[in-house]
Amino acid sequence: MTIKKKNQKRKPVSNSSTIHLTVNGQAYSLNIGSRPGEVETCHTLSHTLRETLGLTGTKISCDNGACGACTVIMDGKAILSCKTLTVECDGKSITTIEGLRDAETGGLDPLQQAFIDNTAFQCGFCTPGMIMTSKALLNENPHPTEEEVKEALSGNFCRCVSHYQVVRSVMSVADKGRQQ
Amino acid sequence: MTETYRYIGKPIPRRDAVDIVTGAAEYMDDRKFPGLLHGKVLRSPYAHARIKKIDKSKAEALPGVKAILTWQDIPDYRGGTPRNVRILDSKVRCVGDAVALIAAETEEIAEEALELIDVEYEVLPAVFDIDSALKPGAPAVYDEYPDNILPGGTIIYGPNCLKGVVRGDVEKGFAEAEVIAEGTFGYENIPNAIPPESVGAVAQWQDPDKVTIWGTSQAPYMDKVTLFHVFNRDVDIRSIGSHVGGGFGTKIQCWQVEAYAILLSKAAKRPVKVAFTKEEHIANFVLRLGSRIHARVGMKRDGTLTAIQGTWYVDTGYYSFTTQAQVAIGSGELMIMAQCPNWDLKNHIVVTNRNASGSMRGFGGQELKCSFIPLLSLAMEKAGLDPFEVLKKNFVKPGGGYYWRDGVFYNFRGIDFSKAMDKGAETFGWKEKWKGWLKPTAVDGVKRRGIGVGVHGNADIGEDASEAYVQLGYNGTATIFLCVAEHGTGQKSNYVKMAAEVLKIPPERISMTPADTLVTPFEFGPVGSRGTYAIGSAVINAAENARQQLLEMAAPKLGVTADELDTADGVVFVKNDRAKGIKWRMMGNDRTILGYGRFEPDFTMCNMMMSFVEVEIDTETGKVDLIRVVNATDVGKIIDPQGLEGQLNACFGTAGIDSAIFEETILDRRTGHIVNANMIDYKWRTFSELPVIDHVVLETPFPSHRFHAVGVGEIATSPGPSAVLMAVSNALGTWMHEYPMTPDRVLKALGKIGSKASGKGGTK
Ligand code: FES
Ligand code: FES
Repeated sequence: MTIKKKNQKRKPVSNSSTIHLTVNGQAYSLNIGSRPGEVETCHTLSHTLRETLGLTGTKISCDNGACGACTVIMDGKAILSCKTLTVECDGKSITTIEGLRDAETGGLDPLQQAFIDNTAFQCGFCTPGMIMTSKALLNENPHPTEEEVKEALSGNFCRCVSHYQVVRSVMSVADKGRQQ
Repeated sequence: MTETYRYIGKPIPRRDAVDIVTGAAEYMDDRKFPGLLHGKVLRSPYAHARIKKIDKSKAEALPGVKAILTWQDIPDYRGGTPRNVRILDSKVRCVGDAVALIAAETEEIAEEALELIDVEYEVLPAVFDIDSALKPGAPAVYDEYPDNILPGGTIIYGPNCLKGVVRGDVEKGFAEAEVIAEGTFGYENIPNAIPPESVGAVAQWQDPDKVTIWGTSQAPYMDKVTLFHVFNRDVDIRSIGSHVGGGFGTKIQCWQVEAYAILLSKAAKRPVKVAFTKEEHIANFVLRLGSRIHARVGMKRDGTLTAIQGTWYVDTGYYSFTTQAQVAIGSGELMIMAQCPNWDLKNHIVVTNRNASGSMRGFGGQELKCSFIPLLSLAMEKAGLDPFEVLKKNFVKPGGGYYWRDGVFYNFRGIDFSKAMDKGAETFGWKEKWKGWLKPTAVDGVKRRGIGVGVHGNADIGEDASEAYVQLGYNGTATIFLCVAEHGTGQKSNYVKMAAEVLKIPPERISMTPADTLVTPFEFGPVGSRGTYAIGSAVINAAENARQQLLEMAAPKLGVTADELDTADGVVFVKNDRAKGIKWRMMGNDRTILGYGRFEPDFTMCNMMMSFVEVEIDTETGKVDLIRVVNATDVGKIIDPQGLEGQLNACFGTAGIDSAIFEETILDRRTGHIVNANMIDYKWRTFSELPVIDHVVLETPFPSHRFHAVGVGEIATSPGPSAVLMAVSNALGTWMHEYPMTPDRVLKALGKIGSKASGKGGTK
């Protein structure tokens, strides 16, 4: 028998409490409940982003904390949105792949551009997670060594093997930072 | 004489690049459908059982449940080769086999409903491997095949489908041999390609007999064809492809999951999505073939092969769809790498009570070679020959040939790959590092290094038919109509490049239709390495055909004949008098120029990949580290340098090289459960352990299409595993014959734990 995906049991909740999230700069108030458009207590953040808010840029692969495809940035840190329950995110600020473009100009983030310049993807399914993990790293450590980049990305699965081009992309942005 | 190209070979960003890095690229599961229901599959906890009773009444009573189907509710729809696998059956044949399908308003409700279905099973004895399946009196997986052996051959390869290799006179060949090696060797760890995107489908049924599916398949047109037959040829199927989150050959077809979605949509009269969880994807989609040969090989002391004889046992799990095809291709591929006058290679396709094996990069040939090269190694050791030289010598060359899938012998009209092999050996430093058989390259304290080499070639570069349309727009634009889903190779962008080169207009001025069978002509799909030559030819031919129509239209207007004309940047002009021209606009905005292109299968050429590997073994812990890989190939002409690099880097992932080091599907042979069907317990290489990889890519023009290129991506995984086996054997100084080379096996071989592992082979 396959392993059960969700350990949380579906618990219909009737009292209407609300959780507040900021996603890519936009504030959302979501009711907790089991009607369409509401957040069930068993919903993961990745599920809420994709199914409730329609932000499908965040990918789900293992849905079990093993592959990094679902990585988003929450309050500055890279987190696995498939291992985070939405009801525990009240008051949090979240950035997803859709929120990386410059809010004013709409221009791509330098990291996104570097991924294009180095063709750091094949099927592209792991790419949003790769970019968000790298983004969180560069926010914390703008000039990482190659070893640090690899270490930061060691939880990100890429089956097409775009690793080499990903490292090149992140390093190109890190090096640019270093020259400034 | 090198041709100069505007776009071919130039690093141009992929057309979907911005979509991919911004999260806008749409994969199947990203599509939104109003009123969508969610489907789930109730799976068997037993490897082999008869379903005595199913009670779905409690589940049906759960609010939000819209349809529940068991084998009693659906017609006798069957898939597989031969077509004997019912979509839902009264018998289950592996752990996780489908017992019932549910569609509900939400995934959570569907999951809850699964638990409310009561099933009574009569558990039957099961067989989990080749040995137990072939034992006299073994339980039969199918009543139709009491000896657990499936018939060979597949209808799509024609009536003479290659079922083995018989040629020359093996007795004579062995009499001429100066060395003979014999033994049993396997590649039976059934690794899994695990594309990051799990398989799934949305189906929208329309009474009385139409259905549209949005799938995860890399070959959407073939889903239409396959499902047409599965549904007894009475359903009209429209198949729409999306971005595909990796396929690696496994998503050549996704009929299993698509069939579930279609049946549920028909029953619920709503669109239904069935998306496998990762655990279902790993445990219940497709694995590599289990492969084992018992064979003999005869060789002269100069490395000339004289005879190959034996039986290839293929464990296909509980059913096959592509296995017979893989056996045909795999056998042909062995001939490509082992040019030998005398053959008698038979095979048996064995069914067992574990999840099905199916298509995957290497498509039978990787599996066979991983079993054959260890045998050949014994002969090479006996003759004291350098494996690089022997593999180079015996790979097909102009003048040679091979049987291919239709049972016909083809004279090879490709190029001599020796130059690429030599260059690879030089880049790797093979000659300096090779110290002889079972000799480490270096020993440093507890660390030992060893090297190995493997080779693979596939004549699938020109397999199967492709069709494309190219429509010209009066404003100097073009549209390609093609049923290809982008699955990571970047080929969709390359087709645009090819059309742009033919029409001499910038790629940005070319659009492409979605992969939609209602819109596009037939396309077998970007599977194997056929994308560049086969599909590329269809696009090139369509663009040339459209261009010709355009020139013919312009000729009278310019007072010349069409062959005096050329076109570039949306202008048709006289070749000798460029000032004399006319814009594409001359065609008017009330007219369409539609070019048609077709590619007819061509089995006369193959690609080649040789992989050199170096491993370092820690003799204290038994851990094998892959430290260096050099891949050598010749692609005729590079179309897309970055995409090619990506494809070649993939040599260790997707059940490739790492299937010799740590990748394996672990089956509990008492219960039939796969114990590592998740991405924590199924091991994969991380960023922290990347080997140094180099690629040697030559560009010797092929007689393929006008750009002289052939595809190579598929086979990047294939030469590596047996090369690792060779490298580890050399490092340890003892034959290693089981995949993967886990610390446990290494320590056993070193005599540090348990009994010393020994090879199963022997030499004369
Ligand atoms: S999907 Fe979240 S870690 Fe894999
Ligand atoms: S690009 Fe396909 S998994 Fe990373």
